[in-house]
Amino acid sequence: MDEVLLGTVLASTLRVATPLLLCALAGLLSERSGVIDIGLEGKMLFAAFAAGAAGAALASTAAALALACAAAVLLSWLHGLACVSHRGDQVVSGVAINLIAAGLTVVLGMAWFAQGGQTPPVGDAVRLQPLWPEAGAVLGPVLGEGLLGHGVLVYLALALVPAVWWLLYRTRFGLRLRAVGEKAQMVDAAGVSVPRLRYAALTLNGLLCGLAGSYLVLAQNASFVPHMTAGRGFMALAAMIFGKWHPVGAFWACLLFGFLDALAIRLQGVRLPAIGEVPVPAIQALPYVLTVVLLAGFFGRSHAPAELGKAYVKER
Amino acid sequence: MDGPAVRLRGICKRFGAVQANDDVTLEVAAGTVHGIVGENGAGKSTLMSVLYGFHAADSGRIEVFGKPVQIRNPHEAIALGIGMVHQHFMLVDTLSALENVLLGAESHALLHRAEAAMRARLDALMASTGLKVELQAQVAELPVGDRQRLEILKALVRGAKILILDEPTAVLTPQETRSLFEVLARLAAQGTTILLITHKLKEVMQLCRRVTVMRAGRVVHETAVADTSAAALATAMIGRKVALGREPRGGAGRGELRLEANGLRWRDALGVTRLHDLSLRLHAGEIVGLAGVSGNGQSELLELLSGMRRPDAGTLRLGAERFDAAHWLQPRLARRLGLAHVPEDRGARALVMGFAAWESAVLGYEDDAQASRHGWMRNAALREAAARLMERYDVRPRDVELPSASFSGGNQQKLVLARELSRAPHVLLVGQPTRGVDIGAVEFIYGQLRALRAAGCALLLVSSELDEILALADRVLVMHAGRIVGERPVDECSEAGLGLMMAGEAVA
Amino acid sequence: MNAAAPLPRWAELWLLPLLNLGIALAAAGVVVALVGQDPAQVLAVLLHGAFGTPRGIGYTLYYATSFVFTGLAVAVAFHAGLFNIGGEGQAILGGLGTGLVGLWLGSMLPAWALLPLMALAGATFGLAWAAVPAWLQAHRGSHVVITTIMFNFIASTLLVWLLVDHLKPAGSMAPESAALAASAHLPTLHQALGRLGIEWPASPLNLSALLALAAAAAVYLLLWRTRAGYRLRSVGASPGAALYAGIDPKRQVLLAMMISGALAGLVGMNEIAGVQHKLLLEYVGGAGFTGIAVALMGRNHPFGIVLAAVLFGALFQGGAEVAFEVGGFSRDMVVMLQGFIVLFSGAMAYVAAPLLARVLRREPARG
Repeated sequence: MDEVLLGTVLASTLRVATPLLLCALAGLLSERSGVIDIGLEGKMLFAAFAAGAAGAALASTAAALALACAAAVLLSWLHGLACVSHRGDQVVSGVAINLIAAGLTVVLGMAWFAQGGQTPPVGDAVRLQPLWPEAGAVLGPVLGEGLLGHGVLVYLALALVPAVWWLLYRTRFGLRLRAVGEKAQMVDAAGVSVPRLRYAALTLNGLLCGLAGSYLVLAQNASFVPHMTAGRGFMALAAMIFGKWHPVGAFWACLLFGFLDALAIRLQGVRLPAIGEVPVPAIQALPYVLTVVLLAGFFGRSHAPAELGKAYVKER
Repeated sequence: MDGPAVRLRGICKRFGAVQANDDVTLEVAAGTVHGIVGENGAGKSTLMSVLYGFHAADSGRIEVFGKPVQIRNPHEAIALGIGMVHQHFMLVDTLSALENVLLGAESHALLHRAEAAMRARLDALMASTGLKVELQAQVAELPVGDRQRLEILKALVRGAKILILDEPTAVLTPQETRSLFEVLARLAAQGTTILLITHKLKEVMQLCRRVTVMRAGRVVHETAVADTSAAALATAMIGRKVALGREPRGGAGRGELRLEANGLRWRDALGVTRLHDLSLRLHAGEIVGLAGVSGNGQSELLELLSGMRRPDAGTLRLGAERFDAAHWLQPRLARRLGLAHVPEDRGARALVMGFAAWESAVLGYEDDAQASRHGWMRNAALREAAARLMERYDVRPRDVELPSASFSGGNQQKLVLARELSRAPHVLLVGQPTRGVDIGAVEFIYGQLRALRAAGCALLLVSSELDEILALADRVLVMHAGRIVGERPVDECSEAGLGLMMAGEAVA
Repeated sequence: MNAAAPLPRWAELWLLPLLNLGIALAAAGVVVALVGQDPAQVLAVLLHGAFGTPRGIGYTLYYATSFVFTGLAVAVAFHAGLFNIGGEGQAILGGLGTGLVGLWLGSMLPAWALLPLMALAGATFGLAWAAVPAWLQAHRGSHVVITTIMFNFIASTLLVWLLVDHLKPAGSMAPESAALAASAHLPTLHQALGRLGIEWPASPLNLSALLALAAAAAVYLLLWRTRAGYRLRSVGASPGAALYAGIDPKRQVLLAMMISGALAGLVGMNEIAGVQHKLLLEYVGGAGFTGIAVALMGRNHPFGIVLAAVLFGALFQGGAEVAFEVGGFSRDMVVMLQGFIVLFSGAMAYVAAPLLARVLRREPARG
């Protein structure tokens, strides 16, 4: 295959996969603790807005990142308040967060920047640039452009996969988190606070969603545009489920979905042997179709955390 | 160590309308095994939940080793040296045995260090207690006996000086039970105080020094085991209600065979056999009383006979129809064949709590010609029918629109009975008919059951009230550990004799 | 829900939802104030825009029509114990069905024969789109919330593909189908009244509003007057009691979702047959999600749903007026308010209940 093509596809895959991966890991932490997270889309959106607004107004990358994470954490805590503290329905709360974020971001954007909901472009100095701009020239299209020519958030996202894995499977906190998502009563009986664990998971969830939102504004586009997440939060949810609630699984799922996205544009008008021309919408639908097929049990059993969706109530 | 290990004084705990613990006082001497016995719903588990910190008592005092304490959550209980082995295992199936013990007791934030330290402690503990479990195995793959041992290790490794065991042998084979008892005896000898909650009186007689009997949230009896017997304990557990005497049997005697079950066997989700090769027959015009401490398989038997569950083996003949394990009876067909069922669990089975009384009054019978026609419910007729039922069976308040949940327990029971009895069934399965029903209504219900019998119905009456069985039944079967251990005509029954059979002491 | 004193029935049915609505409005008002606008003024513009003119009322009711369909869809599923979050996708498929039949048979059949067929097609397509996730839930244990969300996305990509690759007339650039024949048009209220000689300002409000009311009545009859409805509700209210009664939960899950999908599919009659008269990309516009808010506010009862649908129709129409008149606002303000309503009427519905119970008990008993 043409090296340049391979390089661009690889680069595109990683770029698309990064926000998905960050959100998928966020959702994973929440759902492994037993709290359904439909609100990834809303949190990512709200964080993107915060990054765009802070980046433009304060001209500081650090401020943009910090405020983006704070915004997403706030929404995660709201979810916790409704679901963990008040035992409300977790799906309804997630839907509410998505709606609130979708509306609030535009209302605030229009009021503060008067550009129809958009934020002003963030300056080049504030944006996250590739760590090694000459990588393509030095190492060629595949290694240089494709692999090593990205900004810090891409590599951070990749590094977070083993980090989240380590957290879940090699630390005390991770053990307790996994247990509370399978049998919260057991954790309570062992003397560990169930709400505190879940709020901790939600806080980490917020931080990761904050990074995902930041990526959209600081690395991908240059400003916040209304509804810019365009369903990526749900695709991240699908990737998390497709990856069977495991960090490495989520990683491969996000790569796959990113690859499908990169492929979709390039396959337009191309005739494949035996299949003919594949319509772009079919490839765009593929991640969702695959997830449904997985859930139907055709890819082996998918074991969701047993406590998922159940509010913890002490038994008599 | 002198002084009691645990002293509970005046513990009260209410859940909604139910007074689960009513001024309970308990004193457990250190280094002994103390038994707490009672029926389902007697309040033993609630009491232990209070001691372990799952719930805070509404009032009362707790002293541990002589010190007054507040136990607000399990963390504080564990810190005081209280450990609990729960009836339903507190184990995460997807984690390993070691990880399950580790949780909450990790000595280090990094798992590999915490695991190494815990493994060392567990090896020592397993050696000293003789409880051996494969630590690396995933709990899902461990047999039930091993899980039980794991639960105990979990409590002991936290330094439990007071060990509470809630129905520990419910899922064990006799051999596993024997080895468990050896361990418990050894622990007691080493100074651990043990509270054993159970309804198996044989175990209490074998293992405990003193025993407390609870009933309906109160302590009704407390004695040294040496001064009592299983039969006496059974009597105290079941208690006495107003003795409604036996009425002379008038009219025709036993009629045709209505229901015959043979070789029923059923295993639960954990693989424990709950019904062993059980057979029974019901004839028209008789009331068969099934006596036994609840939890010995009666509930499962009722669910099988009504078609709600399928057995692993066995056959059933109902009227002219025959069923085997592969093609079992279904509830709807059962009703059409004239079988009515008053389940033991009102709230989750017999009524739809969110429905109005008149809607609950048609549950299971919505296919009847009186209830619906061409798919349309005859709501006006149903409301009227419900009002008539409520009048006849004295269900209060007389409001057909009131949600089923708003009625008191006794009135809910009357509503269920009204629905099932008024259908003039050929066979009636009834579980705990007067549980929570006031005295005045009890007599009325007995009258209705007797009238059904006179009309030729075959009744199976499951009750943990011995008086009730003796008052109503013509023939008494005793159930213990999933088997029928005795059958007597009621005239030949004595309370003492039945009590022994219920305790598994004697087989007729 | 764990309040020591339960609320009296009237308080739970009317007062608590109104209180939750009030809290949501207050939260939105805080945001409005934060961005420097006057909440009272915004509210006034909104109300005037929604109800102040006959044209405004027309728009309000037109929006409400779609919300009635999606609200009923969510409610029927709720009564069986399920959360149908896939109303959006089912509405897309419904519109597709309606439009396809209209395109296919438009030139061949008169309106009185065509329009019912279009409605039937819309309902059937929506039903089918809900049946697959339902079957997967009942028989494979796949969580219906996740599968319906996935099906929402699959539906929109399906629509894009059909429009761009198959339905777009040759030579046209816009992703739209050819226009539907006149016999496939549902008359608007303006047109219908015009034929009777009555003057009424033009608005998109069309006869599918009557269909929506009929659907609401039908759902009421189904749930509370038929045997099928009795069984459906019992599975949702008490799975254990349903088991005791011999009712098959799997069957009820499937039936409930199919009815739900069919109802959502009727959105097509409002949008495609009633207003757009062709197939295009954005005709559902979030109605599926608004349906969730409508069902929550309407307490899953058809009567409440009709009222709540009008409320949301008013918010949408009034919101458009606000966007027009008050500088610096767009329709998204309504989306935000919708989110607050879903939060306070849905996830946190009973947070205020204990306080309300206490307040009510302090009031002297009424004669």
